[in-house]
Amino acid sequence: MNKFDVIVIGGGPAGLGAAVEAARLGARTLLLDENSRPGGQLFKQIHKFFGSKEHYAGTRGFDIGENLLKEAASLNVVLKLDTRVWGVFPGGIVTAYCGEKGLKFEGKTIILATGASENVLSFPGSTLPGVITAGAAQTMVNLHRVLPGKKFVVVGSGNVGLIVSYQLKQAGAEVLAIVEALPQISGYAVHAAKVKRAGVRILLSHTVKEAIGEKILEQVILCKLDSNMKPIAGTEFTLDADTLCLAVGLNPRVELAALCGCHLIYSPVLGGMMPWHDENMCTSQSRILVAGDLAGVEEASTALDEGRLAGLSAVQKLGLRNFKEVDDEMQKIKDRLTKLRQGPFGEKRQLAKQGIISMKIPKESCL
Amino acid sequence: MAHIEEHPILGTMEKKKYVTVKVDGREIQGIEGEPIAAALLANGIKIFRFTHKFNEPRGLFCGIGQCTDCVMEVDGVPNVRTCVTPIREGMEIKTQHGFGKESTYE
Ligand SMILES: Cc1cc2nc3c(=O)[nH]c(=O)nc-3n(C[C@H](O)[C@H](O)[C@H](O)COP(=O)(O)OP(=O)(O)OC[C@H]3O[C@@H](n4cnc5c(N)ncnc54)[C@H](O)[C@@H]3O)c2cc1C
Ligand code: FES
Repeated sequence: MNKFDVIVIGGGPAGLGAAVEAARLGARTLLLDENSRPGGQLFKQIHKFFGSKEHYAGTRGFDIGENLLKEAASLNVVLKLDTRVWGVFPGGIVTAYCGEKGLKFEGKTIILATGASENVLSFPGSTLPGVITAGAAQTMVNLHRVLPGKKFVVVGSGNVGLIVSYQLKQAGAEVLAIVEALPQISGYAVHAAKVKRAGVRILLSHTVKEAIGEKILEQVILCKLDSNMKPIAGTEFTLDADTLCLAVGLNPRVELAALCGCHLIYSPVLGGMMPWHDENMCTSQSRILVAGDLAGVEEASTALDEGRLAGLSAVQKLGLRNFKEVDDEMQKIKDRLTKLRQGPFGEKRQLAKQGIISMKIPKESCL
Repeated sequence: MAHIEEHPILGTMEKKKYVTVKVDGREIQGIEGEPIAAALLANGIKIFRFTHKFNEPRGLFCGIGQCTDCVMEVDGVPNVRTCVTPIREGMEIKTQHGFGKESTYE
C-alpha cells in the first residue's frame, strides 16, 4: 500500500514536474509536501514568465501551478499534503509526520525537491518585528491578501527584490526604496525598469546600517558604501518605514539530502551548499535524485524542467520504459535547460552547473 | 490594514467566511483557514512573542514555516507556527513569553 516506484519530496514546481513525468511514464508515484496546498513558491508568483513557449512565457506563476496540479491529478499521482518528511532510511524508507501522526513509505527511487530558504542579513535591530524576508511579504500579499505594513524598504535588487517591490506597489503599499550594496542592479533589466516606472528608487552602493524601533520597526538607517563595500561615515540617513524586506538570496534546503548521505558541494553561484548531481539529476546515492532550487537556486522555469528531467531519469533507472525513448525525451529537456541558462545571468549558472556535473564524485549506495 | 479587496492581478476578493478569535483576550476577526499570522497582521498586530533570555519582541519573519519566529500559544499549546496554522472559529491565541506557558524549561 505504501510502496511506490518514485517518492517525490517537496511539491514546488520541481517536485510537481518530477511527479508528473514519472507518473506519465507509468511509475507509481507519491508526492509529499509539508504545506496544505502544493505548489511551493509558485502560487505567490503573480507575474508573467518570460522565455520560450515551452517555458510558459506570458503565463503567470499561479496558472502554471494550477495546470500542473490538474495534470498530476489526472495521472493519479498520490498526493499527501500537510506531511513533513523527517527521515530517509536504508531500503528507501521515507518517514514523515502529518499532524501528530507518523507515516512511513517505501520508494524504489526518491526525488528530493525541497527548494530553498531565504538568506538573512544581520544588523542592529534586524530581529525587530517588521523586519521580514521578501518571501514573507510576497506570501502575505499575493496568497493571503494581507499587507504586512504600509511603508516598505527592500534590501536587495535581485529578481526577488525587484519583483516583490513591484508586487507590493500593485497591492497598494508604499515602497520607499530598494537598497543594493553593489554598484549595479543584480536582477533582470526588465524587472528593474518596471519598478522604476512604478516610481520606486533603487539606491545602489547603499546598505542598511540599523533598524530602529521601540518594539516594532519604525525607522531604517541607510548609508553609502565605498568601492570596497565599506560604509562611508557621515552618509547615514533615515527613512520612516514600518517594514523592511530582506531579499538577499536563497540557499538550498539541503537537510534531507545531507541526511541521505548525498555528497554535498559548495557553489557560490547556485546559493551555497548543495547536493552534487550528474547530468541526469542523480546524486552520489544511487536511489536519490534531486531537482529545483535544492540542486542549485535558479528560477521557477528551470526548477520545473529539472524536475521533469529527474522524473524521467527515475523512470529510466527503474527500467520501466525503453531506455532510448526516455533518453530522447530527457535530451529535449536538457536542450531546453541550456536555452534557459543563457544571457549574462543564465550563463554563469550554466557554467556552474557544468562544473558540478563534470566533477568526479564516487557513487555510493548506503540507502 | 485589513485585506486587499481589490487587486489588479488577483481581482476582487471572493466572499469569505469570517471567524472570531481571541488574541490575549481581545476579539478579532479573521478569514477562516487563512494563517493566524495573516489575520493578526490584517488587524495590525505585529508582536507575536517575547524571547526567553532577553524578553525581545518577535513577529513574522519567513512566512513559510521555516524559522519559528512567529510562534504563539494557540488553545493552550505553545510554539505553534502562526504563519502556517489556519485560523478557526473560537481559537484562543496568546502572545508567547519565552518557551510558553506549558514549558518545563522556565
Ligand atoms: C520568496 C521567493 C520568491 C521567489 N520569486 C521568484 C520569482 O518571482 N520568479 C522565479 O522564477 N523564481 C522565484 N523564486 C525562486 C523559486 O525558488 C523558484 O521559482 C521555484 O519555486 C523553485 O522550485 P522548487 O520546486 O525547487 O522549490 P519550492 O517551490 O520552494 O518547493 C519546495 C517545496 O518542498 C517543500 N518541502 C521542503 N522540505 C520538505 C520536507 N522535509 N517535507 C515536505 N515538504 C518539504 C516546501 O515546503 C515547498 O513546498 C522565488 C523564491 C522565493 C523563496
Ligand atoms: S514566520 Fe518563520 S516560521 Fe512562521
